[in-house]
Amino acid sequence: MSRQVKAWIVALIALVALPFVHSDPYHLHLLVLILIWSFAYTSWSIMGRFGLVSLGHGGFLGIGAYVTALLWNDLGISPWLGIPLSMATAGVLALIVAYPCFRFRITGHYFVLVTLALSGIVLQVITATRDYTGGSLGYTPRRAGSSSIVALQFDDKVIWYLIALAVWLAGIVIWHWIDRSMIRHAMEAISEDEDAAAAAGVNVTAEKLKITLISALMTALAGALYCQYQMFISPDTVSGIAVSLQMVFAAIVGGVYVALGPTVGAIITILLAEVLRIGFGTKAVGWDNLVYGVLLVLFIIFLPKGILGSVIDWTKSPPKPPRGHEQETVPVARR
Amino acid sequence: MLAVEGLVKRFGGFRAVNNVSFRVEQGEILGLIGPNGSGKSTIFNLLSGTLPPTSGSILFDGREIAGLAPHRIINRGVGRTFQIPRPFHRLSIFENVTLAGFYGQGRHSRAKAEEAAERALGLVGLPTDRHASVEGLGAAGLKKLELAKALATAPKLLLADESLGGLDESEMDQAADMLRRIRDELGITIIWVEHIMGVLMRVVDRVMVLDHGEKIAEGLPADVAGDARVIEVYLGTDADASLAAAAAAQARRRVGA
Repeated sequence: MSRQVKAWIVALIALVALPFVHSDPYHLHLLVLILIWSFAYTSWSIMGRFGLVSLGHGGFLGIGAYVTALLWNDLGISPWLGIPLSMATAGVLALIVAYPCFRFRITGHYFVLVTLALSGIVLQVITATRDYTGGSLGYTPRRAGSSSIVALQFDDKVIWYLIALAVWLAGIVIWHWIDRSMIRHAMEAISEDEDAAAAAGVNVTAEKLKITLISALMTALAGALYCQYQMFISPDTVSGIAVSLQMVFAAIVGGVYVALGPTVGAIITILLAEVLRIGFGTKAVGWDNLVYGVLLVLFIIFLPKGILGSVIDWTKSPPKPPRGHEQETVPVARR
Repeated sequence: MLAVEGLVKRFGGFRAVNNVSFRVEQGEILGLIGPNGSGKSTIFNLLSGTLPPTSGSILFDGREIAGLAPHRIINRGVGRTFQIPRPFHRLSIFENVTLAGFYGQGRHSRAKAEEAAERALGLVGLPTDRHASVEGLGAAGLKKLELAKALATAPKLLLADESLGGLDESEMDQAADMLRRIRDELGITIIWVEHIMGVLMRVVDRVMVLDHGEKIAEGLPADVAGDARVIEVYLGTDADASLAAAAAAQARRRVGA
């Protein structure tokens, strides 16, 4: 255990030192994107690993991005306040959608469909209120001139890298905290048998709401950060079903049962998109989605634990007995 | 300790439990018997909150618990086991029981829950090794685990649902002795639903018989076993075998007394 902690400390020091040693702007840009999306995928996996497959996270991401930007542009509210407000908005929406689902036992495919509707609705609202949000043309937070702490706008990519690194690390810490707490036990029990979990004293609805709320709040934060970093958002990049599917894909490819799985998923998806963009240019627009789709099917069939999860399994010498439940995590795609 | 008045559960037009009233006194073991579909498990589901009753009252320690959510009822001190064991396969044996100890006792402390789990596992005779997997357990082991989960919630009243189906005779005797020890050593009151009458009659203080959702008899095991209506509706074609078992139980009681 202490060896693991040491490895983490060394790795973190290296990550913090990285931009001061190697400051190529393009590479830093990719790293910031990877860190922000890793955080978003980690947020998704906090729910997803317990069989709560949400296709609504694009909605939370969009709320985080748009609410923060709208508050800044229209009311002049600093993102320092706007981001918590956008997270609260996403949290309230998550509770409004999730409470009836959990209270009335809407699980499995039906839950997925409800969440799918959620991301569709958020997308529609953004497009329909185009007078405020710019609709499908996208939206740009008002520039505060040069770098400004109040506006949370920085020209220096190193600052963004450090912010994204801190947030990503917080995501990993939350993942670990849940993994070691009794909430994980309760959620594993709930995902297997809600009645038996209730008979063990678990307040099924409350535990599920808790985990959903944590996941939604984190996802909104990811959306807000993405907006502040890119200074441009559009419904295609931060909301809607495509973004939701991309989150599911990346988390599953990386592995939802290990802390760094979603991070590995982010590295793979972003590098894949970049390679296609640079290699094929405009001819390959949309190809990455095609490749994602094919890979997703292959992963669910052959590597349900994801890349990192499977690698960790292979390196452990005595193979553990198969955990037959892994495949249930993605009931959408399986049945 | 438990006073049930006019309990009714309807599923559409079907009355699974029809106006059943009974009391359970502190420290007794009440046997609940009846043919398949007579409403035994439904009564358990109503008592434990898994289903809300259509009407009627359930007073536990003087407070109404009818219609409360299951986790609230458990925190008041009513534990249950399921007819078919429902372990959590993704958790180890120890984690299964710790979960019940943690959430079943109002989420106080993990250390306390682990202590409760160790005690419960020790009592039922399962390994307290933290990583032992549920997959290795047979029918008897799964039933023990089910019991350990219920005990870890520190119940005052234990609802034990058909805990012996699928066990061989010596395992059955062990399990029956276990229930008696739980009552004698921990002071836990027990309602025990069981198909196998011989074993049940030997252990319980009183027995209640259900048929088609209604209570048809209640009393000392020896009296109930001789009740003409009970013999007719419950024992049915197996009357001879079950009567013999009841008679044997009666004989053993007399020897004991």
